[in-house]
Amino acid sequence: MTTVIKLDRRNFLKGSAMVAGGLVLGFYLPDANEAEAQSAASATPVRMNAFIQIAPDDTVTMTIHKPEFGQGTVTSLSQLLAEELECDWKKVKTQFADTIDPMYMMGAPIQGVYGSTAIRTSWDPLRRAGAIACQMLIEAAAAKWGVQASDCRVENGTVVNMKTNARVTYGSVAEAASKLDITPRAYLKDPTTFKLIGKTIARLDTPDKVCGKTTFGIDVKLPGMLYASLERCPVSGGKVESFDATAAMKVPGFRYAVAISNGVAAVADNTWSALQCRKALKIEWDEGVNATASTASLKKMFADLVEKPGAEARKTGDAQAAVAAGAKKIEAVYEVPFLAHATMEPMNCTAVWSPNECQIWAGMQMQNISRNIAAKAAGLPVEKVLIHTQYMGGGFGRRGRQDFVQEAVEIAKAVSGGIPIKLTWTREDDMQNDGYRPMSRVKFTAALDANGSPTAWMVRVVAPSFTGMRNGVDNSAVGGVANIPYEIPNIAADYHAPYVTPDVLNDFRPVGFGIPIDYWRAPGANANAYYTESFIDELAVAAGKDPIEFRKPLLTKNPRLLATMELAAEKAGWEKPLPAGHFQGLATGGGSGSLSTQIAEISIEKGKVKIHRIVTAVDCGQIINPRGAVQQIESGIIFGIAQVLRGNITIDKGRVQQTNFHQYEPLRMDEVPKIEVYLMPNTNNPTGLGEHSNPHVVPAITNAVYKATGKRIRELPLRLAGLA
Amino acid sequence: MAIEFTLNGKRQSVDVVPQMPLLWVLRDTLGLTGTKFGCGMALCGACTVHINGQPTRSCTLPISMVAGKSVTTIEGLSADNTHPIQKAWIDVDVPQCGYCQSGQIMSAAALLAKKANPSDGDIDEAMRGNICRCGTYQEIREAIHRAAQYAKGGTR
Repeated sequence: MTTVIKLDRRNFLKGSAMVAGGLVLGFYLPDANEAEAQSAASATPVRMNAFIQIAPDDTVTMTIHKPEFGQGTVTSLSQLLAEELECDWKKVKTQFADTIDPMYMMGAPIQGVYGSTAIRTSWDPLRRAGAIACQMLIEAAAAKWGVQASDCRVENGTVVNMKTNARVTYGSVAEAASKLDITPRAYLKDPTTFKLIGKTIARLDTPDKVCGKTTFGIDVKLPGMLYASLERCPVSGGKVESFDATAAMKVPGFRYAVAISNGVAAVADNTWSALQCRKALKIEWDEGVNATASTASLKKMFADLVEKPGAEARKTGDAQAAVAAGAKKIEAVYEVPFLAHATMEPMNCTAVWSPNECQIWAGMQMQNISRNIAAKAAGLPVEKVLIHTQYMGGGFGRRGRQDFVQEAVEIAKAVSGGIPIKLTWTREDDMQNDGYRPMSRVKFTAALDANGSPTAWMVRVVAPSFTGMRNGVDNSAVGGVANIPYEIPNIAADYHAPYVTPDVLNDFRPVGFGIPIDYWRAPGANANAYYTESFIDELAVAAGKDPIEFRKPLLTKNPRLLATMELAAEKAGWEKPLPAGHFQGLATGGGSGSLSTQIAEISIEKGKVKIHRIVTAVDCGQIINPRGAVQQIESGIIFGIAQVLRGNITIDKGRVQQTNFHQYEPLRMDEVPKIEVYLMPNTNNPTGLGEHSNPHVVPAITNAVYKATGKRIRELPLRLAGLA
Repeated sequence: MAIEFTLNGKRQSVDVVPQMPLLWVLRDTLGLTGTKFGCGMALCGACTVHINGQPTRSCTLPISMVAGKSVTTIEGLSADNTHPIQKAWIDVDVPQCGYCQSGQIMSAAALLAKKANPSDGDIDEAMRGNICRCGTYQEIREAIHRAAQYAKGGTR
């Protein structure tokens, strides 16, 4: 028997418990790892450090502190550890770090994956962790044999006594090693002797991913678990005024209806039933300040602002004077729309709440932030929140936003009784309640001298802010247009924030008016690379020069970037004859520390852009896993192509108009061009790749469209111009 | 009322509302979570299973329509990752996040069962209903061609 309390506005505002009845008492919730731990009890692993455990059977378990969403951390971070540990790769297992530990943050305030930093920040510490554990094993074996550590060497998970050729496996000395009272030194390998780093090693997570065995957040199942679906206000920031669950209660499988801070959740025996119950809810909303927002009104607001001086973001030389003195003045206004992340796995979180403890299971990009938000929603100190990190079905920034965690905990708390609740978002929920890539608008003014060399670069950016303002400027919003790779003597940039989300990690919605915005694969750059590389192309045209010849003298201080341009041009056959009707466009630049050039080859077929080929040359320093590196670059390119062709989230009456993949469609198999990736390996420290390639493929394509049509694409997506 | 069908070669009976899509019966009622929820509108292919050998979107298929039929899910494709498609997927290392891959593999397996040596055009046609947001399409194409070789007895 379950009852629902129908709430009037006053009762709701009191925040009282919503629903009673149907309690499951004496509920037992096993630790997720308990069963596994028991079965493996005979081989209790020895913890060598925060990253490495070695069991008596020689199994080496790597703790992966950067959650996996396809970028390959499970494998690549294990490669770093195993290389210096010199263990048997066939005996490597992995687990996600579920404790919050400064060791896993690498000096940053966030434990998680963001900013294409997994390899960059782990390169040194993880190799050291491996090397130190290795040295401890050597010391333990040496002590056992009564020889010096220098009399021993390691090989594939064994310590070898070089005097006697005796061998011990790591598993047999791990316990002794962990008890040694020494401070071992990390002896890092000579990179020329690497066995794993720089090699295409098969991904450790692939076998489970091809038979349906991998547990993603959405697959979590706990004893006694119930399933929730949440109806939110169709307008961002709106609130429930009242609801009536009378009809929902008649749906088979109904258990509870609970109001939480941003909507009403239906809780039922299975997901389908929860969805049907949710549909039957009658809810009155207070739609709040965004009820009249529309793409048209935002565009007008942005267009007005771009004509007015904003907060100074950069001033090098005197750009105004240089424009006045220039032989040629070029002006252009560009804009981009909101974009959704659209991860394949919709947002979800499983939570269980009791007065003493809260546990959450989810794919989390930022584990400590998830824990903070869960604690706040649970009304508990952070130490009372346990997190269980799951594989993520995509992230792209979306799973750093904590709305789904907050909602699941609020529902679990409202239902109470220690009942695990799995909240699963629908695709429509996901598309309409995202933190979107911000819509933005920029105005450029530049000058060329009599030789066609640029003397001034001025840019005004209008973009809502979500990464924090300093002196009136959001650096992420202006970075890629104010700080350009090109040497131009006079540069000026200024900025307007039409609205602000002061702290997107902890409070997801803009203060007052505004469509929610958030980190989206290559934040800032995902718009600014398009702006900068389009406008520099315009300057090349105005100067009457080839895009490469125009850029080259402006990049003399950046030889590594120039080298990517030269290699990409050679491989793509730049300036060589193309098939009839084919045209090429180029874009170049840095991102996530890596450098690259992309060349797109397109044609116009029946009035639509057809992309035939993308060639890119990439310098990302030391490469950990070449196949993984290439796949990250391909991934970004395909992500960017969907964006340039048709990515567009629009707003009407405060509502997101797109609901599902028919209206916001990622790229499909038959649309994928030939993608050629040329890595330029070297021994510089490794740099990021996950967010490197999606920004620059956009202007590479639109610059090719200009060559093909003579039309400069100053607004995305191409579909708006009828070209896609 | 109980609905009976064959699931991965074994008789299965479920007592659920007849409108409940097969996807949720598999995932929530039967605990087979390899089949994924992506869109609920048969737009993305993440929920693809075989019904009497035909690739079918399980997210829009009421369980009542499955009565008496034979359902194969990713868990039933092979006991130990030995289906040529799975072998090729492993050898090419196709998955990134992996969420869509159950559906991709089921679509590809159905294609291979129908066409022993699919062309790129056949692959476009058979696979365009399966979205991969990570963009593993080039690897999927390569793996399908490779699986066709394996199925013909080619070496790994």
